[in-house]
Amino acid sequence: MAENMTIDEVNLKPKDFSSSQDVRWCPGCGDYSILAQMQKVSPELGVKKENFVWVSGIGCASRFPYYMDTFGLHSIHGRAPTIATGIKVQNPELSVWVATGDGDTLSIGGNHFIHACRRNIGIKIILFNNRIYGLTKGQYSPTSEKGKVTNSSPYGSIDYPFEPTALAIGAGATFVARTIDREPKHLKEMIRHANSHAGTVFLEVYQNCNIFNDGTFFVLTDKETKFDKVLKLEHDKPMVFGKENNKGIILDGFTPRVVDLTNGKYSLDDLWIHDERDLHASRAYMLTQFAEFENLPTPIGVFRRIDKSTYEQDLHQQINDVIEKEGEGNLKDLLFSGNTWEVN
Amino acid sequence: MKKGIQELSEVTVRFAGDSGDGMQLTGTQFSNTSALAGNDISTLPDYPAEIRAPVGTTYGVSGFQLHFSDSDIHTPGDAPDILVAMNPASLKVNLNSLKPGATIIVNINSFDEKNFKLCHYDSNPLEDGTLSGYHVVEVPLSKLTAEALKDSGLKPKEVARSKNFFALGLMYWLYSRPIKPTIKWIETKFKNNQKIINANKAALEAGYYFGDNTTLFSTRYKVNPAKLPKGTYRSIEGNEALALGLVAASVKTGLPLFLGSYPITPASSILHELSKHKRFGVRTFQAEDEIAAVTATIGAAFAGALAVTTTSGPGLALKAEAVGLGVMAELPIIIVNVQRGGPSTGLPTKTEQSDLLQAMYGRSGEAPVVIISASTPTDCYDVSLEAARIATKYMVPVLYMTDGYIANGSEPWRIPNPDDIPDMKVKFRTDPENFQPYSRNENLTRPWAIPGTPGLEHRIGGLEKENITGDVNYEPENHEYMVRLRAEKVKNVENDIPDLKVEGDPDADILMIGWGGTYGAITDAVNNVNEKGKKVAQAHFRYLNPFPKNTEEVLKKYKYIICPELNMGQLSFLIKSRYLIEIDSFTKIQGQPFKSSELEEKIKKVLGGMNNG
Ligand code: SF4
Repeated sequence: MAENMTIDEVNLKPKDFSSSQDVRWCPGCGDYSILAQMQKVSPELGVKKENFVWVSGIGCASRFPYYMDTFGLHSIHGRAPTIATGIKVQNPELSVWVATGDGDTLSIGGNHFIHACRRNIGIKIILFNNRIYGLTKGQYSPTSEKGKVTNSSPYGSIDYPFEPTALAIGAGATFVARTIDREPKHLKEMIRHANSHAGTVFLEVYQNCNIFNDGTFFVLTDKETKFDKVLKLEHDKPMVFGKENNKGIILDGFTPRVVDLTNGKYSLDDLWIHDERDLHASRAYMLTQFAEFENLPTPIGVFRRIDKSTYEQDLHQQINDVIEKEGEGNLKDLLFSGNTWEVN
Repeated sequence: MKKGIQELSEVTVRFAGDSGDGMQLTGTQFSNTSALAGNDISTLPDYPAEIRAPVGTTYGVSGFQLHFSDSDIHTPGDAPDILVAMNPASLKVNLNSLKPGATIIVNINSFDEKNFKLCHYDSNPLEDGTLSGYHVVEVPLSKLTAEALKDSGLKPKEVARSKNFFALGLMYWLYSRPIKPTIKWIETKFKNNQKIINANKAALEAGYYFGDNTTLFSTRYKVNPAKLPKGTYRSIEGNEALALGLVAASVKTGLPLFLGSYPITPASSILHELSKHKRFGVRTFQAEDEIAAVTATIGAAFAGALAVTTTSGPGLALKAEAVGLGVMAELPIIIVNVQRGGPSTGLPTKTEQSDLLQAMYGRSGEAPVVIISASTPTDCYDVSLEAARIATKYMVPVLYMTDGYIANGSEPWRIPNPDDIPDMKVKFRTDPENFQPYSRNENLTRPWAIPGTPGLEHRIGGLEKENITGDVNYEPENHEYMVRLRAEKVKNVENDIPDLKVEGDPDADILMIGWGGTYGAITDAVNNVNEKGKKVAQAHFRYLNPFPKNTEEVLKKYKYIICPELNMGQLSFLIKSRYLIEIDSFTKIQGQPFKSSELEEKIKKVLGGMNNG
């Protein structure tokens, strides 16, 4: 029906993306906000509704596809990136999104995650990071901080956590970004950026699990603290933060430092200018380490965005090149190829 | 010197040497040339799991057995008539399997103290009586090759590598085969290295003319062309035939072929073969692991591909959960399992049939899939087409079983005309009117509605669902209903497959049943017994789940049923528990195929017992 219309003419509304299923997350869960922003922003992404595919694994976040009125596949634990890969290879026209959690992607699915990043397959991985296992009722996850007391670590977890953005950059991801469930405007903006990137997208969303890990991102979302604790990255702009934009980041050799912009010692010109297009991954990697240090703010925004040919492009290009050179295959010729002989 | 030529009806040859001696190549060349000469052939490559095991050791021995004949044959031969042994270790490993009085050509240059030690021979087997009863021909293969190649400009090490061509040339002479096809092959294979082309050609020719000039052989042999059905033939290995069958299925269904695969012996050559066929739009995805391979396949199936994953037993174990998702989501995927010796890493390069119960039951929950198997290398082509037909017609995972023996073995293939393949065109659902993802047709098949189709947006997944709507549903009755429905759908396939066919003597009291790669050995054994005037029949299962509808009727006609398998009796188990009948399970678990003589013996023993009893 929408065959000959442009996207604008179809004029989709957020409610067109809301499925008939009752949403079954706990009241107050950060997932609601992510779903709402996704449904709000989907109509403006320039993608036909029938071309959206949401894929997920297992976990609270992985219920996401049921609530989006698009094509969807709720699969098995950790494997969503591979299923999405198969879909994208089969039909590169589709806009393939993965909804996943920290356990799903970084624990059981860690291998698939890094290989998706490495291949630069055109899928968009949205990681709902709540630093806990929710659906299995509160065990520490690969992003839980060391020492965390949970049902499976009554004396404190002895595991060091992954920094997901660092892992993605290390694995060669061409798009790495972070946002927060309680920052709807920023969240929407990140979704738009994710949508416009051709290769593998890794978008981490800090998501509050109010049942098993309430307040883990409190200082990043609380009005009192967030301005001093969150650094909004903007491409080609100096790194400024603080309530009055009174603080900045300088790069002192290889060491990032917070400086005061009000005492006359430093000006905007001294600050680290964020370059998400930097081909060297080292600076983007440095940003991923900020959250490790008390004195540094936690960056949100696009850490890294570079252009590379995608896996599905290369795969289909190879096929097209061979067909162009050798012609389309003929089944009879194929079967009768090689050393043949006649029996009369 | 002109020598007499003696005609033989059939010959079994075995080439054996170090893993680095090029025995697989030599064997393959001899097979292809024999096939081109019009013989029926059957081959058995037998090589170690190590790529280059330490030289001179018994565990580094690589062998290639070939049976060629002037009539229809079904196995690579029970016992070789002639062995080419490149070193003492290969003699030691293969001596027991030879026919009494067999000819052994040894490379005498490798029979020295060092090599005896490496393979734990206490004395020289050529001198200590070990080989009495055999016809031993000592040929200085290494020395003669070095002489022939002294002007080649190659280093001694490279020269040594050509000695297999010398051996091949000699064997060509002995069995009156042309050397041209191999020369042509050398020229294409090494087209970027003229020196190597010249050297290998020189070695091949030197071997051939050595036969003419030496006094070591007094006779040459000849095996006339077999009276095979009229047609165009080529020699083909099982994995290659399987791959071509998948390409044909892709063309015939109108679906692009997607292969998700992780390298594993002995399935990898399917991935190699399919990655060549880009002209047919084949998409091969070499995954990061077995699980990614099958789950990408599920994704591709959801999006409308003819989706296949290939593996061997350990890989199938890793894929189990995902196959369960395929069952639950009701998506058409083909899982090829080229079985090998297990459990665990087991015997990667050796054959076995020990994954049947894994295929049948190796998933969580009640998760039936269709299981079919190929019985010969060329049968792999047909079974690929059948797997694709069933998977796409019923929206169901199909487990396609082969084994290392037929995967690597080759035989002449009367090339079928692809125009004769019945129509398998797949139609996706496109009409949004009243669309429900789990509505069903008369076969209980749900619609295939692929992403990108306007108005058909829907969600599927691994959670239990309600029939028709596909909505998640945990109701007790609903779950039972759905479990039974999925089972019934698989069972329904029995209405769409041929009856179990009985071959051999229809009046027999004994029936030998089998499945998969044992077909050749069973057929030979049954034919031999019948030719000797005793009665025995055979039935071979291609469809293992569901079984053909007439299975019970067929089985109950016979007084005695023998079921040979290369496992501990897995088909026997399935049949016994399903039909409550007695089966004499005759098994072998040595990583080697049955010899037809072993099965013949078994039949005779049973016949003897019946007559006495
Ligand atoms: S357990 Fe936590 S993450 Fe899961 S739905 Fe409840 S609040 Fe959300």
